Amino acid sequence: MEQRRREATVTQVNNFLKVLLERTDALQNLWVKGEISNFKFHSSGHIYLTLKDEGAVLRAVMFKSAAMKLAFRPENGMKVAARGRIAVFERDGQYQLYIEEMEQEGRGDLYRLFEELKKKLGDEGLFDSAKKRPIPPFPTKIGIVTSPTGAAARDIINILKRRYPIAEARLYPALVQGVSASASIVKGIEYFNQAKCADVLIVGRGGGSIEDLWAFNEEATVRAVRSSEIPVISAVGHETDFTLTDFAADLRAPTPSAAAELAVPNSADIRAFVETSEGRMKNLLLTKAENRERQLALLSQRASRASFERKIQTLALLCDRAADNLTKEYEKALTAREKLFSQSASKLDALSPLKVFSRGYSVAEKDGKAIVSVDDVKKGDKISVVVTDGTIEAEVSALERKMGYVI
Amino acid sequence: MSFEKALKELEETVKKLESGDTTLEEAITLFEKGVGLTKECRKKLDEAQMKVKMITENGEEKDFISTEA
Repeated sequence: MEQRRREATVTQVNNFLKVLLERTDALQNLWVKGEISNFKFHSSGHIYLTLKDEGAVLRAVMFKSAAMKLAFRPENGMKVAARGRIAVFERDGQYQLYIEEMEQEGRGDLYRLFEELKKKLGDEGLFDSAKKRPIPPFPTKIGIVTSPTGAAARDIINILKRRYPIAEARLYPALVQGVSASASIVKGIEYFNQAKCADVLIVGRGGGSIEDLWAFNEEATVRAVRSSEIPVISAVGHETDFTLTDFAADLRAPTPSAAAELAVPNSADIRAFVETSEGRMKNLLLTKAENRERQLALLSQRASRASFERKIQTLALLCDRAADNLTKEYEKALTAREKLFSQSASKLDALSPLKVFSRGYSVAEKDGKAIVSVDDVKKGDKISVVVTDGTIEAEVSALERKMGYVI
Repeated sequence: MSFEKALKELEETVKKLESGDTTLEEAITLFEKGVGLTKECRKKLDEAQMKVKMITENGEEKDFISTEA
């Protein structure tokens, strides 16, 4: 038997459902209980979120006019009761809850679990800051545990390459979301510890809801991070996402990119250090050489001055001694001369013709010259005879030569 | 010598030179050593090209090529 084929356009189907739901009074004003996830506060002021329970999810939207009246700040994981109507969003073929008002019911299960685990593991000391090890400043091998297809892996590797290409990087491809994720991350951490092919580990993934990041809150993951012999940098989600892996890690990076930056030094800085070191060493050596030169000059100057002064002192001493000697010699000579002089004087006194005259001698002179020989005068010459108290003028009357001296 | 060791020695050499309690002869020796170290570090920096490997399921290593989804 042939039935007439029923046909409709997509728009007609969606429109039919829209009208159907709108006419269902039970869906026009009801309270729905659930846990918020995929919370998104749009710049337009509208809020988009998903309500969920153990078995199902329901998309929801809260327009700005309603969102402005909220008494609390909705967050992922929060348990809420939302009042509104269910309607079809024809463009997407989706039905959703248009929320008019929303009340906070207390925190969601995952958050409660998170707090419980945090307390339990914290009490065990897994998050003690004393247990945190320093990240090696110049790692040669970096181990990464994340999804090989995620933006996190790309970001980490790009930054490592740019900052510090001297090191090697190894990626352990791990699942980072879903039921097997924790076991996969644990295997990755254990791999690097057994193979000993990393100085530092980066463990993480990109951002997401608390459900997406849950593998990093699971006990097995947290314990593996803490018991790793290789220091671990956690790199989970965004800056505002905190996981228990972050608490257990030796260093928490706010994002995967930041983890890469924390893991390695910047080779540009190192290059700058190397270049300035060379310049510094040159300057230091130069300064040292110059100082030494100055010192040497000063020393030699000092040395020569000292020896010069010593020489002068010696010379001065010699001078003094010589002067002393000279004075002595002079005095001696003077004394001798004085003695000689007085002797001579007394001799002279004895020889003085005046003294001779006083004994009766006299000097005969002709024209002021003493007559010592008969040859000095002729008969008839006028001569003077000098006596002690005057002269006697006389005339030569005769000459007689005698043999030998009279005096 | 590892890059880290070369860097550390360079740092120490500069420090020793800076301390000033070396003879001129020692300073010259330190300077020569330091210049050698800067050359070594510079060479390592110039030649560095990061190797990125991915661990395969059977524990082997292969070159990692980014396959972001």
